[in-house]
Amino acid sequence: MQDLGIKILLQGDNLVRLLQGLGVTISISVISVLLSLAFGVLLGIVMMVKNPLIRFITRLYLEFIRIMPQLVLLFLVYFGSAKHLGWDLGGETASVIVFVLWGTAEMGDLVRGALQSISVHQTESGKALGLTKGQIYYYILIPQAVKRLIPQAMNLVTRMIKTTSLIVLIGVVEVVKTGQQIIESARLTSPSAALWIYGVIFFMYFIICYPISLIAGHLEKVWKE
Amino acid sequence: MKKLLVAFLTVVLALGVFTGCGGSKNSSDDTTKTQTTSKTKARTLKEIKKSGEIVIGVFSDKKPFGYVDEKGIYQGYDVYFGNRLAKDLGVKVKYVPVEAASRVEYLVTGKVDIILANFTVTDERAEQVDFALPYMKVSLGVVSPNGKITKESQLDGKTLIVSKGTTAETYFTKNHPKVKLLKFDQYSEAFNALADGRGDALSTDNTEVLAWALENKGFKVGIDSLGNVDTIAPAVQKGNKELKDYINKEIKSLAKEKFFHKDYEKTLKPVYGASANPENLVVEGGVVEK
Repeated sequence: MQDLGIKILLQGDNLVRLLQGLGVTISISVISVLLSLAFGVLLGIVMMVKNPLIRFITRLYLEFIRIMPQLVLLFLVYFGSAKHLGWDLGGETASVIVFVLWGTAEMGDLVRGALQSISVHQTESGKALGLTKGQIYYYILIPQAVKRLIPQAMNLVTRMIKTTSLIVLIGVVEVVKTGQQIIESARLTSPSAALWIYGVIFFMYFIICYPISLIAGHLEKVWKE
Repeated sequence: MKKLLVAFLTVVLALGVFTGCGGSKNSSDDTTKTQTTSKTKARTLKEIKKSGEIVIGVFSDKKPFGYVDEKGIYQGYDVYFGNRLAKDLGVKVKYVPVEAASRVEYLVTGKVDIILANFTVTDERAEQVDFALPYMKVSLGVVSPNGKITKESQLDGKTLIVSKGTTAETYFTKNHPKVKLLKFDQYSEAFNALADGRGDALSTDNTEVLAWALENKGFKVGIDSLGNVDTIAPAVQKGNKELKDYINKEIKSLAKEKFFHKDYEKTLKPVYGASANPENLVVEGGVVEK
């Protein structure tokens, strides 16, 4: 126990490599989250449409994505598209596609729930004022729905960030995998490295996810007024 | 609304069952057919040379076979060979980190040209990928306190620790019924049991016991080659004969300079120590004795 595993972190380029891994994690998360939030709001509005066919299709999409483990989706998109469609997607592209598909589905359902929770008289008052459907959504429903959405949406965002640790299975080396590589290459010289490296990774995830919670809390407070 | 939901769920389940069955039928009935229907073909030798880069799938966290050192550079027994292959082809090498479970898929979909990831040759895998000549072999090893056990016969009536589902378990159950087996689910549990003195010896892959004995003082590998020999070989996409033939030719010509012995000295010896016999691990020129 006298050897401190933390020194592994400062050996060679280990710290830089961990930060590069963190960069991969962040860039894939940020792109996926932004696209998912945007598409999710659209999907949520589409899901409010009364047309049974559209309802059925959106429902099918949502349930399909929900039932499938993210890992299966990753394999389907990365290997499946190569095998059956002949597309040679890169690991990063495949990851973003899967995360956007997943995020959009979940976000869409959250938006639908929030929109439905707004009482009918809001819409009716809008109609009475002579607003069009688009105006009702834009000025009345969406702003109120967004407020109600904040906690669940933030939950989804942090969940997406954490799930990016799966993408190593399609060859994208992110922060957790970099950590495992470092631990394994130092296994014989310093067996306690695992604890330290995972500690650092924990701290890195915390640094990304905590500000998101802070912003969410802040927005909730401000918008309460 | 409820009716709609029920109807929908039925459809989803039905779809799941159909596609599920379809998939499994495909893979069990004619694996070879699934391979040929893969739309992404592996690259030919000419295409690799033209692109100036060969793509090789290796492990990135299995020291000493394939791992990444603290400078971020790929190292290990498999990688040493990969570097040489690329050098002799006159191309650069790009390593792709693979996981044990996805090695076959990488080849089937042509995402890599070669897999050099401690890939043990099995009949099941040979149906999906083409193996070149072996460059390494593994068999069973036995580790005991101070290396007391040096012959299989010494184990009769003693307690031997094994992990469930390993080749060691099958080998001793079949060939040495007098040996008392103490079985564990996980490798780490089994090794801990030996360290605690709950058995007289432990048996598993010789590479595993060698590495463990080096880390744990007071334990030595008394028997380092036992039972069936499994070979480890490079693999290419099914039907990529040209590339496979090239690798075979390369492995044969490298035998002249005892390339894999040099590889062993550089990558495995520091881990297994002087006590291990390279002849039990290294395969030169693709020829396995026994």
